[in-house]
Amino acid sequence: MDTESTYSGYSYYSGRSRGSHRHGERSRDHHKSRSKDGSRSEKSVTINAPPAEPLLGDSSVLGEEVQDDNWGETTTAVTGTSEHSLSQEDIVRITKDLEDSVGLDCRRYFSLTLAVVLGLLVFLTPLAFLALPHLLWPDKLLVCGTACEGLFISVAFKLLILLLAVWALFFRAPRAGLPRVFVFRALLAVLVLLFVVSYWLFYGVRIMDSQDENYQGIVQYAVSLVDALLFIHYLAIVLLELRQLQPAFSVCVTRSTDGETRHYNLGQLSIQRAALAIIENYYRDFSVHNPALLTASKSRAAKHLAGLKVYNVDGPGNNAATGLAHSQSRAMIAAAARRRDTNHNELYYEEAEHERRVRKRKARLVVAVEEAFTHVKRMQEDEQQQQKKAPGDVMDPREAAQAIFPSMARSLQKYLRTTRQQHCHSMESIQQHLAFCITNNMTPKAFLESYLTPGPTLQYGRERWLARQWTLVSEASVTSGLKEGAIFLLKCIDFSLVVTAKRIPYIQLSEEFIDPKSHKFVLRLQSETSV
Amino acid sequence: MSFIPGQPVTAVVLHFQLSCALQQRIEICKLRQGEHLILGFSIGGGIDQDPGQNPFSEDKSDKGIYVTRVTPGGPAEVAGLMMGDKVMQVNGWDMTMVTHDQARKRLTKKNEDIVRLLVTRKSLEQAVRHSMM
Repeated sequence: MDTESTYSGYSYYSGRSRGSHRHGERSRDHHKSRSKDGSRSEKSVTINAPPAEPLLGDSSVLGEEVQDDNWGETTTAVTGTSEHSLSQEDIVRITKDLEDSVGLDCRRYFSLTLAVVLGLLVFLTPLAFLALPHLLWPDKLLVCGTACEGLFISVAFKLLILLLAVWALFFRAPRAGLPRVFVFRALLAVLVLLFVVSYWLFYGVRIMDSQDENYQGIVQYAVSLVDALLFIHYLAIVLLELRQLQPAFSVCVTRSTDGETRHYNLGQLSIQRAALAIIENYYRDFSVHNPALLTASKSRAAKHLAGLKVYNVDGPGNNAATGLAHSQSRAMIAAAARRRDTNHNELYYEEAEHERRVRKRKARLVVAVEEAFTHVKRMQEDEQQQQKKAPGDVMDPREAAQAIFPSMARSLQKYLRTTRQQHCHSMESIQQHLAFCITNNMTPKAFLESYLTPGPTLQYGRERWLARQWTLVSEASVTSGLKEGAIFLLKCIDFSLVVTAKRIPYIQLSEEFIDPKSHKFVLRLQSETSV
Repeated sequence: MSFIPGQPVTAVVLHFQLSCALQQRIEICKLRQGEHLILGFSIGGGIDQDPGQNPFSEDKSDKGIYVTRVTPGGPAEVAGLMMGDKVMQVNGWDMTMVTHDQARKRLTKKNEDIVRLLVTRKSLEQAVRHSMM
C-alpha cells in the first residue's frame, strides 16, 4: 500500500524490524500474551508423546504438525475448530470415553474392595483378641477384675474414635481418577497390614498356643493394638493431608492456545497430585477456551506459508536430509524477511475496526437490556390485595424472563456474534440466566456481566467442561515429587496447559529494633537577622 | 624567577597577593539611629542553621554567615558590601564556625563604632580565575 509510509506509528516499527524479527512482528497486536507458535513450528519439543497420539488418525487433518510444502494449497478447511460438525476428534473422544469408563471403574472397585477388607481386618482384630480366649479356653481364664473391665471401656471408645477418624479421612467420594496409584496410601495400607499381621503372629504363638490365663494381659495387649492403630492414623493424616499444605513450589501454568498464564503455590506433591490441583484451579481461574478466537491467527499463518514455495533443484540424493531441511527453512525465512508485505498494517486496521464494532454493539446491547429491565417490576405482597391484579398479569420469574427476552434478543445475539461467543450460550441458557437475575433483584449490568467478559469454564454448560479428557504428559514419573524446574503438560482435546515448577526461595528475615523513644525531631531553621 | 639568596621569592609574594584579592576587606561605620547602632544589612546562616536553604552559597553544606540583604543607602552599601557575600571575619574574630546568635552579637557590640569585615565574594573569585586563564 502506498499509504503505508504516512502512518508513522507502524511504519517506524516495520522499518526497524527487518530480518529475523519478522515473525515476532506479526504477533505484536492487542492481545499481548499471544504465543509465538508460528515461529517455532520447526523446533521439536522433547516431551513424551502420550499413547493416544496414534489414535488421532491421518495427519493431514491436523496440518500444522507435518512439514508439508503443499499444506497451504491442498487443505481446504481448518479442522478441529468447526463446532457443528463431527470432526475426527469427536470420534476419538467418544471411543476414549468408552475405554476410560470401563478401565477406571475396574481399578476403582478393586482398590475399594481392598480398602474394605483391610478396614474390616483392622476393626475386628481387637475384638477377636478379646473374644477368642473366652471361646477357646474359658475355664482356665482368670476372672477379669475392675481394672480389666475398665480397659474394656477404653477399647470400646478408642475403637469408636478410630472408626470415626477413618470415616472422616478415607471414606470420601473420590474427586478424581489419577493415572497411577497413590503412593502414600499404598504405603500406609502395607504398613497397617504388616502391623496387624505381626500382632496376630505374636498372639497366635505366645497366647493361643500356650493358652495364657492372664486375661488382663490379653486385654492390655488389645488396648496397645488399638493405640498403635490410632497413631498410624495420625501418621496418615500427616502424610496425606498436612504435608502438602505448606507451600514449597510456585508453578506457572500457561495455556498453549492463547497464552493465558496463572501462577499457583503448591506444597510438596507428586506430579499427578499437583496436576490434579492445577486442573481444579484451571476450572476456576482460566477463562473458557474459545476456539473461535484463534481462527484469525491461524488464517494469517496459512496466508504466510502459502505465499512461498521452496523447490529442490538439486537431486534428492545430493545433501543429507537434515541439511536439506535446514537450508530450505532458512531460505524460506530469509525470503519472507525480504518480502515487503503489509500484514501488520492489515492487522492493525482490522483490529481497530473490530474494536469499534464491538463497542458499538455493546452500547446498543446495554441500552436494550436496561430498557427491557424497566418493564419488569417485583410485585409487593400487599399490592396483590390492594389493587387486585388479574391472575394473568402476575408472572413467575420464568414467564417474566420470556416476556422481556424478545426485546433484547436481537442486540444480544449480534453482540455475541461479533465477539464470537455465540456457541457458548444457547437461548435456553440465556433465558434461564435472565430469570435468575430477575429473581435475585439484579441490575441489568449484573445480568450482562456474564456475556461481556468470558468467565471461567464452570460457568458454562457441561459440554464445555471436558472433565474426562485430560492427559498428563511428563518425562519424569508421575508419582515422583515436584522438583525445581519440573515441566509437564496437561493435554485436553484442543489445547494443553504447560506447567513449569519453581521452588519458592528460602527467605532470610532479619529484625531491626526501633526504640519508641528514638523518634525525636528538630526544626531546620533559616533565620535572618538584620544588624 | 631566579633565586637570589636573601631576597624574598617572587612567586610566593604573588600567591599571597592573589589570595588576598579573593577576599575583600570592608570597613563599615555604624550609623546611630535613635538608641541603636545599625550597620544596614541582614545576615543568615550559622552552624545551628540549615545550610541547604542558603540561596547564596555554592556548596550547600557551607554553614558560614552570609549577607542576605543590604539596605539601600545604608552604611554597608556605602562601604561596598554586597548581597551574597560570605563574612569570614569581623574585627579579627572568625565567623566561619559560629552560631547565628554569636554572629549577631559580634556585629552589634555597643562599644564599637567601626566594624572591619573580611568577606569573600563569588564574583571576585570568578574574575580572578578568568584573569589567570
